[in-house]
Amino acid sequence: MSVTVRIPTPLRTLTKGADEVKVEGKSIKDIVENLEANYKGMKERICDNDGQIRRFINFYLNDEDIRFMSNLNTPVKDGDHISIVPAIAGGNSPAT
Amino acid sequence: MGFVKGLKCRECGKPYPKEPLHVCSFCFGPLEVDYDYDGIKKVLTRKLIESRGKTMWRYQELLPVDGEPTVGAQVGFTPLVKANNLARVLGVKELYVKNDSVNYPTFSFKDRVVSTALTKAKEFGYKTVGCATTGNLGNAVAAQAVQAGLESYIIMPADLEQGKIIGTLIYGTNVIKVRGNYDNVNKLCTEIADKYGWAIVNVNLRPYYGEGSKTYGYEIMEQLGWKAPQHIVVPMAGGSLITKIEKAIKEFVKLGLIDNADTKLHGAQASGSSPITTAVKGETDVIKPVKPKTIAQSIAIGNPADGYYSVKSINVSGGWAEDVTDDELVEGIKLLARTEGIFTETAGGVTVAVAKKLIEQGKIPHDESIVISVTGNGLKTQEAVLNKLEVPKIINPSLAEFVALMEEKMAAVH
Repeated sequence: MSVTVRIPTPLRTLTKGADEVKVEGKSIKDIVENLEANYKGMKERICDNDGQIRRFINFYLNDEDIRFMSNLNTPVKDGDHISIVPAIAGGNSPAT
Repeated sequence: MGFVKGLKCRECGKPYPKEPLHVCSFCFGPLEVDYDYDGIKKVLTRKLIESRGKTMWRYQELLPVDGEPTVGAQVGFTPLVKANNLARVLGVKELYVKNDSVNYPTFSFKDRVVSTALTKAKEFGYKTVGCATTGNLGNAVAAQAVQAGLESYIIMPADLEQGKIIGTLIYGTNVIKVRGNYDNVNKLCTEIADKYGWAIVNVNLRPYYGEGSKTYGYEIMEQLGWKAPQHIVVPMAGGSLITKIEKAIKEFVKLGLIDNADTKLHGAQASGSSPITTAVKGETDVIKPVKPKTIAQSIAIGNPADGYYSVKSINVSGGWAEDVTDDELVEGIKLLARTEGIFTETAGGVTVAVAKKLIEQGKIPHDESIVISVTGNGLKTQEAVLNKLEVPKIINPSLAEFVALMEEKMAAVH
């Protein structure tokens, strides 16, 4: 179960500059844990102290915002694409 | 001088220096201005404020500039109108309209945020400023950039009302129309700010810019005799204003300028662009972006930057949120014009119509003090009411024809 994760510029210091990485997992939660395992320091950037996705980070699974699916429990399957996108104060418009 | 300690992340609290930054590099939360309130409390009194000119800068210790205002020194201190006629129609006891449709120099509350942002842009040494706009902000940036001697770029959706476009172009600025809605324009402006290093007031100067909105709240309290009203109804686009009114009230309490406040903040949107009211009514703080479809273009923002925080301001205050259709907002514009003689734009129509709705629903009690926020001028959005008004009769310059007209009118009444 391998998915492709798109990494935003500010987090590429953790992926040695890679803008896309392959990660294993069955849910978004797995993906976050495995990102941390592979790229140490990633989780605290993506998640708050309660382990939830930070408010100004958007996770898109195949272009759909995971907040409108099952959040961290959203299942992922082989070949899916995930994008991690900082919200940058309204700078993003998934609706368009 | 100045009482700004720096910036800090609203989410994770990480401190940043007083620079043109707007996003936390660690958690991507928005940055906000961090003031030395103890220092402010030592100097800022009612008496000092009252001794100053009737502009928004009478509260300058609470604005994020280091020196005197260099742009827009005459902005603000607009009328707080006791709206007795409208109160009678709505069946309430104590109603006011805070009327920024006559703000200086471009007839909307955006003059406040722009004078703050451009004063700050000059302090930072910028030569070029700009904005993403649904109209009013573009008017304000273009006009005040002329005063400031700054070059300006105004980026807007291609289909704005004529009054908003003319009211920008007239200042000799650079207008770029974008095929798309405000949310597309805003995203583009984020990229432009990065590439060109300009001060885009509502993007990279956003922490400073937004602070100007607080003066709308300060003025309401001062004009009510140094007290906060029980209800304020506020239009919401990006959602910033309602959060800044909340902040203004909290600051005045903290500084002892008013005794206490139990103000309920109510948010107003057009039904065709209502991601924030939808969240409040659905009792969630997750904002689902929408594609706006409403004639209230000045507040047609589908992905509101301060959506989450505006929901929080409403909930914490014990207020509510409602939205109204385009027909209802037009009725709102007419109602305000025909009771108080104030011609507001579409966003003001939304606010009046939502206030009416909340009173009818019992969310706002009849016997409590209410302020309706009118933030823009009707002459800029004439398209909204063009075909909704009576068609005047045309006569020859003859008294007989006029008399005949009057008799017809009398007959119609009886």
